Amino acid sequence: MTKLQNAIVGGVRAVLGHVPASWLPGGTPDPLIDKRVALGRQQSRVDGPDKVRGAAQFAAEVPMDDLLYAAFVHSTIARGNIADLDVSAAEAAPGVALVMTYRNTPKLGVPPTVGLTNLKAAGNHTLPIMQDPEIRWNGQVVAVVLAETREQADHAATLVRVRYASAPARTRFEEGKNSAYTPESILVERNRLDKGDARRKLAEAAFKVDAVYKTPWENHNPIEPHAATIVWRDGKLIVHDATQMINATAGSLAKVFGLKADEVHVSSPYVGGGFGAKAMWDHQILGAAAAKLAGRPVRVTLSRASMHRLVGGRMRTEQRVALGADAEGRLKALLHHGYGVKPRHSVCDEGFSLTGRSLYASESFDVVQHYVDLDLLANSFMRGPGETPGTFAIECAMDELAHALGMDPIELRRRNAATRDAVSGAPHSQNAMMEAYDLGAARIGWSRRTAEPGSRREGEWLIGMGCASGTFPFTRMPGTSARITIDGNGDAHVASAAHEMGMGTATVQRQHAADRLGLPLDRVTVTIGDSSLPFASFAGGSSQTASLAAAVSAASGKLAVQLMRLAGNDTPLAGLKPSEVEFADGGLRSVDDPARHESFTSILRRAGRSELSAIGESGAPLEILKFSMHSTSAIFCELRVSDVTGEIRVDRLVGAFDCGRILNAKTAASQFKGGMIMGLGMALTEETLLDERTGRIMSTSLADYHVPVHLDVPDIDVLWTDIPDPRAPLGARGIGEIGTTGVAAAIANAVFNATGKRLRDLPLTLDKLI
Amino acid sequence: MTIRVNGTEVSPPDDARVSLLDLLREHLHLTGTKKGCDQGACGACTVLLDGNRVLSCLTLAAQAEGSDVRTIEGLAGEGDDLHMLQQAFVEYDGLQCGYCTPGQICSAIAMADELRRGDPSYVTRDIAASPPPVTRAEIRERMSGNLCRCGAHNGIVEAIEHMLRETAA
Ligand code: FES
Ligand code: FES
Repeated sequence: MTKLQNAIVGGVRAVLGHVPASWLPGGTPDPLIDKRVALGRQQSRVDGPDKVRGAAQFAAEVPMDDLLYAAFVHSTIARGNIADLDVSAAEAAPGVALVMTYRNTPKLGVPPTVGLTNLKAAGNHTLPIMQDPEIRWNGQVVAVVLAETREQADHAATLVRVRYASAPARTRFEEGKNSAYTPESILVERNRLDKGDARRKLAEAAFKVDAVYKTPWENHNPIEPHAATIVWRDGKLIVHDATQMINATAGSLAKVFGLKADEVHVSSPYVGGGFGAKAMWDHQILGAAAAKLAGRPVRVTLSRASMHRLVGGRMRTEQRVALGADAEGRLKALLHHGYGVKPRHSVCDEGFSLTGRSLYASESFDVVQHYVDLDLLANSFMRGPGETPGTFAIECAMDELAHALGMDPIELRRRNAATRDAVSGAPHSQNAMMEAYDLGAARIGWSRRTAEPGSRREGEWLIGMGCASGTFPFTRMPGTSARITIDGNGDAHVASAAHEMGMGTATVQRQHAADRLGLPLDRVTVTIGDSSLPFASFAGGSSQTASLAAAVSAASGKLAVQLMRLAGNDTPLAGLKPSEVEFADGGLRSVDDPARHESFTSILRRAGRSELSAIGESGAPLEILKFSMHSTSAIFCELRVSDVTGEIRVDRLVGAFDCGRILNAKTAASQFKGGMIMGLGMALTEETLLDERTGRIMSTSLADYHVPVHLDVPDIDVLWTDIPDPRAPLGARGIGEIGTTGVAAAIANAVFNATGKRLRDLPLTLDKLI
Repeated sequence: MTIRVNGTEVSPPDDARVSLLDLLREHLHLTGTKKGCDQGACGACTVLLDGNRVLSCLTLAAQAEGSDVRTIEGLAGEGDDLHMLQQAFVEYDGLQCGYCTPGQICSAIAMADELRRGDPSYVTRDIAASPPPVTRAEIRERMSGNLCRCGAHNGIVEAIEHMLRETAA
C-alpha cells in the first residue's frame, strides 16, 4: 500500500482524536452487553445434526446433470516458457471433452485484488491466468483437462506433454534478502516506526536480548479440498464454491468474465475449513473458463498436491527482535526488524512487525519489515496473519529477557503491559491482558514452575512450563448487511451472505437475533452462504461476528420504526416514538410502561400484512481509528522433552482470553481450542518444504505436511475474562484468529524451561533438541 | 456380485479404477462420506466394510463386491433419530466445519469394537490385559488416523468417551 494511504489513515486518526467518543460507534454501549437470555449460553450448533449425519452439502457435492470433471496439469519449472505443448494424446483419451491450455483459454481479465477498499475483490495475485506461454512459478497450471469421469480426467492429465524453456528463477530466501523491498504500509499501518531513539536506548540498556527468530512457510490444509461446481446458464455464471469470500468472489468473477454483478451467483452454505485458504485462486477462474468453452457444467476438486501448488500459504519469516530494559525490567527499547517472502505479484500482507507495537509500553521503538520477492506462488493470509509469526518472535524474546533479568516471565509482562496504545497514545477500548494471565496461571498451576531450566526430571523426561501473550486486533467490516423478516406467525428470519466454515455463524446470530428481538430461540432462523442474500464482506480478520452483529442490530432498529408506522394509532403503543419502545415478548413494548405491548402478529394482522422486512448495515468502523482495540490472551503450556530422542510431548495447554464478552460458551471454546491446536502444529511439526533449487514445493500431501493428530493434542483448558468491550457490538471482539497467536512461543519457552535449550527456529523438531 | 451399501444392493462400477469413495460420492450420491486427500492420509473417507473401518479412497469399489458397506448415512435408525455417537458429537461439540466428522464417527464406531475385542495399540502398556483399559490416550492413539484441521479433537474424544461409557453400562 502507498504513502497516500498512510496519509489518509493518519489524517482520519488525527481528526477522530478530537471527536468526542460518544459520537462514534459504541458511544452508547450495546444494551445486549448485559441484557442476555440466549447469548452467552452453551448452545449446540444449529447445523450440528446435519453435519453429523453427512447431510450438510459441500461445494463438490452439488448434484448436476451432464457434469464434466476437471484435472489440472502443473508446470514443473519456476520461470520460463512453454516451448512445446502436445495435447493430442490427452484429447484422444477416452471420455475427454476438452483440453484447455493458453492456446485456447478464453480471454480472461485479471481479477481485482483483495483488500480493505474493495469488498467485491478477491484476487490473490496480479498475474495473468493461462493467457500466454510464460511460466511464473513452479506449479502454475499449464493445462486443464475435462472428462466425463474423474478417473478419465486424471488419466488424460498425465498424457499432456510439455517441454519448457527455462529461464533463471529467484527461489532462494538468503539471496532474495539482498534485494528485499520495503513497503510503505502494512495493512492500514505505516510500516516504518521509529520513535524515541531506540538504537541509542538499546545500546545503553542495563539488560538486553537480541536474537533472530524464524518461522517457515505454512499451509492451511483444510480437510475439505478446494472445490467448485460451476455452470453457465443463460449467460449467467453460477458457482457452488467453497469460499470464505462469497461476494468478493462473485464480484471478481464478474470482472474476469466481463459480466454484470448480477450475472454471477456464488453459493457456499458450508465450507469444510478455511483458515484463510478458501478464497479465490486460479481454480475457480479456470473451471469457469473451461465450462464456458465446453458448454457444460464442470466440477473442480483440487487434489492435495494441486492445493499446495495453487493456493498460497503463510509466508516464511525471519525476524530480529532486540529488547532493552532497565534493572526493574521496564522496556527501554523494542527493535523488531524482519523479512518475509512476498512476491511482487502477491497482495496479502503478513504484518508480523505490528505485534510488538500494541502489547508493551516500550519507551522507544524501531520497527520495520521487508519483503523478499521470489518466483513463487503468491502467499496468503493464514489464521492469525501477522500476529501468529509476530508473537513467536516477540514473546520468545520477552521470555529471554525475563531469564536474563532473573524475573518471572509473567511479572515482566505485568511491568510492561500497555495501558494505552504504546505508539499512538490512543486509549484502549478495553484491555485486561494481565487478568487473563492471572486466570491462566491459576489454572495451570504456574507456582509449580521452577525458574531454573532443566531442573525437573522424571526418568528420561525433562519437564517444563512456559507462557506467552497472544494478540489480535479488532475489526468490523463496513457494508456487511443483514435482513430481518418477521413472518405472519411473528417468527423472525435473518439472512445475510455470510459464511460458515466451523465458526458457528448461524448459531450465534440466531442467539443474537433472539435476544435483540425479544424472541425465544426456536422462533428465529438464520440463512447465510449465498450471494443472493444481503451483502456481507468476507469472513476474515476475525471480523464476521462483529460486522454481522452490527448489521442485525441496525436492521432491528429499522424494523422497530417500520412496525411502529404499521401499528398506527390503534395500538397500545400509540403516541410512542421508536426510541421509546423496545423488543420484548415477541413484539414491541413501551420502555417506561411494560404493560403497553403489542405482538408482531397483532401488528401485522391489523395492517393486513403477511410479513415485514428491514435491512440494516454495519457502518464505517470509526471506533477502530479512535481507540486501540485489540484482543489479548495468555497462553500456558506444560510439556516433557525426552533427553534420549528429543521428542516433545505437550501435556497441557491453557489459554486465557480477553476478547470482550463471549457469545456462545460452547462454540467459542471450540474456536479457541482450534486456534491453539493450529499453534501447536506450528510449534512442533508444520512446515512447507521448498526445494530452493527448483522452487518446487516438496511437501504436497498430508503425509508430508504434518498437522496435529489426536495423540498430539492434550486436554486444553480455555478461560475468558468476559469483560465487555463497550465499543464493540454485543461487547464482543473477534475470537477466530487469536487462538493461534502466542502458542508457539509458549511452547518454545516451555522447551527452554525444560531443557535450557533456546530454539528460535520453527518447527521444534526432534533433530533440533538432540 | 453386488455391493450392499446401507442395506441396498448396488452394482459395481464398469470402470475398475473407481474407488469405493468415488462410487459412494459420484455414482450413488452418498456424499456424507468425505474426500479429504484421496491418498490415505486424512481419514475423512472412513466407512465400515463388513464392520471394519477402511479408507474408502484406498479401497477399489471392486474390492467391496459381496461385502456390506455402512456409511454415515446408514448409522442412524429410521426417521430423524441420530446414532448415539452422532448425538454425542453435537452435544460435546466434536465438530466445527463438519468435514472430518463423518469419518471420525465411522472410525470411532469400529474402534470401539476393536477395543472391546482386545486389540492392543501403541499406547497399551500391558498387551496381555484384554480388553485394554479405556483411557483418553487409547482413544487418541486409535483415532490418530482421522485428522481434524479445525481442532475439534477434545470434543471428539469426549463424545467417544461418552459412547464407550454408555455402551459399557
Ligand atoms: S480421503 Fe481417504 S484418507 Fe483422506
Ligand atoms: S471439524 Fe473441520 S476438519 Fe474436523
